[in-house]
Amino acid sequence: MGSVTEQVLQQIVNGLSLGSIYALVALGYTMVYGIIKLINFAHGDVMMVGAYAGWFATTTLHMSFIPALLIAMTVSAILGVLIERIAYKPLRNATRIASLITAIGVSFFLEYGGMLVVSPQMRTYPPVFPDTIFNVGGIIIKYGDIVMIVTSIVLMVLLHGIVKYTKIGKAMRAVSFDTEAALLMGINVNNTISATFAIGSALAAAAGVLMGVYFNTINPLMGIIPGLKAFVAAVLGGIGIIPGAMVGGFFLGLTESFVSGLGASTWRDAVAFLILILVLIVKPSGLFGKNIREKV
Amino acid sequence: MRKLFSVATVALLSLSLVTGCGATGGQKSAEVIKVGGNLELSGGAAAFGQYAEKAIKLAFEQQNAKGGVLGKKLEYVSADNKSDPGESTVASTKLATQDKVVAILGPMTSGNTLAAVQVVTDSKVPLITPTGTSDSVTFENGKVKPWIFRACFIDPFQGQVAANFASDTLKAKKAALFIDQKGDYSKGLATSFEENFKKSGGEVVATEQYVAGSDLDFRATLVRIKAANPDVVFVPGYYQEVGLIVKQAREMGMKQVFVGGDGWGSPQLVDVAGAAALENTYYVNHGAMDDPGMAQFIKDFQGKYNSEPDTFAALGYDAANLLIKALENAGSTEPEKLRSALETMKGFQGISGELNVDPATHNPVKSAAILQFKDGKSVFMTKVNPK
Repeated sequence: MGSVTEQVLQQIVNGLSLGSIYALVALGYTMVYGIIKLINFAHGDVMMVGAYAGWFATTTLHMSFIPALLIAMTVSAILGVLIERIAYKPLRNATRIASLITAIGVSFFLEYGGMLVVSPQMRTYPPVFPDTIFNVGGIIIKYGDIVMIVTSIVLMVLLHGIVKYTKIGKAMRAVSFDTEAALLMGINVNNTISATFAIGSALAAAAGVLMGVYFNTINPLMGIIPGLKAFVAAVLGGIGIIPGAMVGGFFLGLTESFVSGLGASTWRDAVAFLILILVLIVKPSGLFGKNIREKV
Repeated sequence: MRKLFSVATVALLSLSLVTGCGATGGQKSAEVIKVGGNLELSGGAAAFGQYAEKAIKLAFEQQNAKGGVLGKKLEYVSADNKSDPGESTVASTKLATQDKVVAILGPMTSGNTLAAVQVVTDSKVPLITPTGTSDSVTFENGKVKPWIFRACFIDPFQGQVAANFASDTLKAKKAALFIDQKGDYSKGLATSFEENFKKSGGEVVATEQYVAGSDLDFRATLVRIKAANPDVVFVPGYYQEVGLIVKQAREMGMKQVFVGGDGWGSPQLVDVAGAAALENTYYVNHGAMDDPGMAQFIKDFQGKYNSEPDTFAALGYDAANLLIKALENAGSTEPEKLRSALETMKGFQGISGELNVDPATHNPVKSAAILQFKDGKSVFMTKVNPK
């Protein structure tokens, strides 16, 4: 142990598993922004609710990983739709700052409401995965790493399929492109927006369960930091663009791992944000953003 | 109807006031020695205060059965500070001015103790906090607070104990530090560990930091610590981060010994890290419940309350007995005599170890316990005496 290549490869493994969480959460941010131009700051907290739903399913109901994941995704999808219907829909034609502030309000509601309901005390996930550790030429890969990366990739492929090849996906793209024209064409805009929230929240719940299982601890404020990081990832990739969120998430995860690996763990977040600023200066619409945006 | 109700309430309240006065006023203070307990009996730190109060009552009861102190019985006067600094000031004022106690035991937390300092200093009532570990409780700006004492060692002392344990018992030559960047507790322990470890000829090969409360993934930094190849890793943090750090380190194949401070002392550490990962880890604490020296206390406590005492109870018990010893040494309940008896206390045998008060800082120089994790349980390993 100790060779530089080994350390670099180890940091790549660490970065990918961390990045897959950011990517899953970033997808929800970017989908919602793409369709109603709202930065849903409560998204990280929807992830927290998903993590608690998964925790409840594994501890009290003694479920295994996949059923617990599905339950958490369903609970969060319903929560996402409810939040949209109750908090955001009445403000759809209001100023964007009003919706933004409402989103922050919903975020606080979930965080502190969560503290009231489940107490601020942290909870520990039971061991859901086997403790198997693969040692590939000095690089340590946990069973959990593989599950995390595979689950996120499967979900991302699934999302891509939905957006590209299904009717609802087509409707989502249409609403995102031009809401009013979509309405004129007979697309049910309300249902499409609800579907977007449901899918985005379900992905966040998956990220929450993965985080809970991987890091073993959950608490009502666990969504804040990953939520912010995922937001950065979404902006980095170009907000509103689905492949951008995935790339942004992995990019951020890898950056964090490498900066910590170079011994500057306290500078980790600073470097991540510095890169964000640089990208936005050079390419204001993000890595995958298109610069032709003018409509005359 | 409503008026009738309020009249009845007022009548009831005033009645309780009268009886309340009657109870306190009726006793002749000359025949008993009154000691106040300003403790966290409700609120966030209630678990600490309630256990300490039980232990204090037990200590007084045992002493009274032996005939009391200076020919008088000890009487315990309870006051709840509701785990709040403001209420702690109120409780101390009540104990010092209304109940006229000769000394106050408690509060348990440093913040609540600091809130009581001014009141007890003005009214010249010695105060002993069982577990207020912050530096500034007894000593601030180069000056000792004459009326404040404590039954526990201060935080940085744990770093010294851990360093001596690492070099003397574990025979470690190379240490790595993994510190909570924002925590004074963590930084204080780390500084004193480094100083003492170097003094015994050791070398610190890596110093890394994390941010408590937001970091969950420590692997990137652990890769660096692993590459530095230390014999021992000192992690002076709280159980949540420590649990994740030890777990992730073991998963990465790090077999080093991990050592920490009293922030590790929570059953949740085992939930987070898992029993297997905690093999070969040690931490410093004020005392260990399975230390043979505690056996009699645990038996007495269980006999009286039918529940297991914890470290807070043990330190509460020590604080109470420390006061009894000081009263005996002073031969009087006069504030100034009692104060100087506490200040010059030497060789007090508490259940958590021998205790000597340093007159310059009022910090006790006392032994610490080292606990070891075995099958997910922390067990007493050894007692380390101050050098």
